[in-house]
Amino acid sequence: MSQISGVTPAPRVLTTEPRRSDRIFQRVVTAGGLSSLVILGLIALFLGYRGFEVLKQEGLGFITNSDWSISTDDAGNVVESHFGLAAMLVGTILCSLVAVVIAVPVSVLTSIFLNFYSPQWLKRFLVAIIDMMAAFPSILFGIWGFLVLMPSVEYWAKLIHKYFGFIPLFELKPYIVTRSPFVAGVVLAIMIIPIITSVSREIFAQAPLDRIQAAYALGATRWAMIKAVVIPYGRSGVIGGAMLGLGRAMGETVAVFTVLNIVFQVNWHVLLGAGGNVASLIILKFGDASPYEIKALMAAGLILFLLTLIVNALANLIVKNTGKSGR
Amino acid sequence: MTTIPAPRKPWALTPQARVREVLLLLAALITSIALVQVTPLKGKLAYFFTFFAIYAAITTFSQYFTRGKAAAKDAFIKTIVVVGAVITVLPIASIIATVVSKGIAGIRPGLFTHDMSMATPTDPLTNGGLLHAITGTLTLVALSLVMSVPIGILTALYLTEIKGRFTAPIRFLVQAMSGVPSIIAGLFILSAVLYPITKSYSGFMGALALTILMIPTITRTSEEVLLLIPNDLREAGVALGGTQWRTVAMIVLPAARSGLVTAMILGVARIAGETAPILLLTGGGDKVNPNPFNGSLGSLPYFIWKSFNAGSPEAITRAWAGLLVLLLVVLILFTLARLLTTQKMKAR
Repeated sequence: MSQISGVTPAPRVLTTEPRRSDRIFQRVVTAGGLSSLVILGLIALFLGYRGFEVLKQEGLGFITNSDWSISTDDAGNVVESHFGLAAMLVGTILCSLVAVVIAVPVSVLTSIFLNFYSPQWLKRFLVAIIDMMAAFPSILFGIWGFLVLMPSVEYWAKLIHKYFGFIPLFELKPYIVTRSPFVAGVVLAIMIIPIITSVSREIFAQAPLDRIQAAYALGATRWAMIKAVVIPYGRSGVIGGAMLGLGRAMGETVAVFTVLNIVFQVNWHVLLGAGGNVASLIILKFGDASPYEIKALMAAGLILFLLTLIVNALANLIVKNTGKSGR
Repeated sequence: MTTIPAPRKPWALTPQARVREVLLLLAALITSIALVQVTPLKGKLAYFFTFFAIYAAITTFSQYFTRGKAAAKDAFIKTIVVVGAVITVLPIASIIATVVSKGIAGIRPGLFTHDMSMATPTDPLTNGGLLHAITGTLTLVALSLVMSVPIGILTALYLTEIKGRFTAPIRFLVQAMSGVPSIIAGLFILSAVLYPITKSYSGFMGALALTILMIPTITRTSEEVLLLIPNDLREAGVALGGTQWRTVAMIVLPAARSGLVTAMILGVARIAGETAPILLLTGGGDKVNPNPFNGSLGSLPYFIWKSFNAGSPEAITRAWAGLLVLLLVVLILFTLARLLTTQKMKAR
């Protein structure tokens, strides 16, 4: 028998105060974590800073005009310069839209095949191959597109013109089909199919199993199930994936440069062999550009950067919110 | 003693149905070939589309007469879906086949022991090689790994271990960063480092740009891996009296080791063939240059680009050979990454 004293011991002080090593650790990790913010900010800052002079001089004309010329005297001073991105911007949008229009149906069909039709062994193999294709260097697509794909695509372009030439979009005046935005669009489509496929495959795989089984239990065929359950569930995710592809296509440089004929003239005709692309413009003009023209290229880069950033941000928001909003 | 009945598979095709499917396929094949021969249609594309169109028609009708409208629609869609998958795979097959068949002509032993300092791209293939390109690419990859791995893993640790105020925005920014066009990364280094500070092309400039492109890949893969580490391990570490720093450094990171290696490999695969920033920043020398901080540095993409633009048959063969080497590098890296991850799954 022990004597119970009437004094209750004072409660121990529990502290979650981190030690010094932890504080250092957390600070280092946070600093590392903020690097992406810093890098993105610096990119915008430096491109803006270098391009400011040109942007100020050209004003809004930088995105509405389409001539790109600079003349210098013997001492290298700029006599006259006109920098306008309109043709390049229109070209960029045209090529990437062609790419998305071609790539989205193919990718959606592929991801449906992978998720609901393919046997397991084939699925594993195809997923590996498609993921690998997403990492193929763009110069590979460019050279392959130029030497192997382009003759066929030009033939398709002629067919399209022959049968759908009455649609203004497919007009050909003059009749030049080589190195058109359509060709660039097809090459870009092949480049972005893996991305859109893997995004929509993952979204479709999340389609709720109970609803899939309910559809089958009600006697639905496979297609009826997909139409009733999978597509409504994954629709916005596919849109997000398509926009990710669009962002990738807009920033693509080397592949487009090898297959596209760059002309400083606004051209909305897909099949006509004259187009533009902001990223390719930079590669094209960089080699022999004077310091002042480099500034214009920096400004062009800034606009491309902001454009892709916006498209990507929207795409990521849409993909992230898919599934939450699903019925 | 009870006998366990073997599980039946009522959904499996009967031999009869299997034979019928093969017959339908053959019928479609024969009709499509006949159709292409008879009508003015020609080319591989014609074979491809007539075959699938006829197969779709045959299966749709046979399903319509045997099982009704819904089954017919299902059969039709099935063909369309398969066409989609085939269209996705065709370019990959074509790319690999072309690169291998055209590149093999340019692969010789001397290719890996000589550089292009004594040869021009239009010289016969017996002159020169791509030693400078391979060493240059290795230098670029090594430098960008050294810079991007710490940043990438720290960011991933912030997202998974610290979970501070900025977790959501940083995750968002990392995704945005993975969409930054490679040429923009090149222009940024050009404007921020090359023009104001070093004023000359060098391999280091290229590596800086590649680092920007590599960080998001490494961060996202490492984050996924770190999220897979069971929380029990972290709790066990803390319960043993470890501080957070010790828990992360001695338990979480070692447990995630093979996943982190996979992240690095995928990052390398992402940048190994990156061309645009290399064109802007490295200068693309023709000589083996062991010093990445001084003088122009050749690399595989630059070599391919130069040869391709030179345009003569020899130069194009060189470009294909370079592409073959580059493709092999990417293939090997991917196989490595996949092997690492599957081994991990088996170990679990």
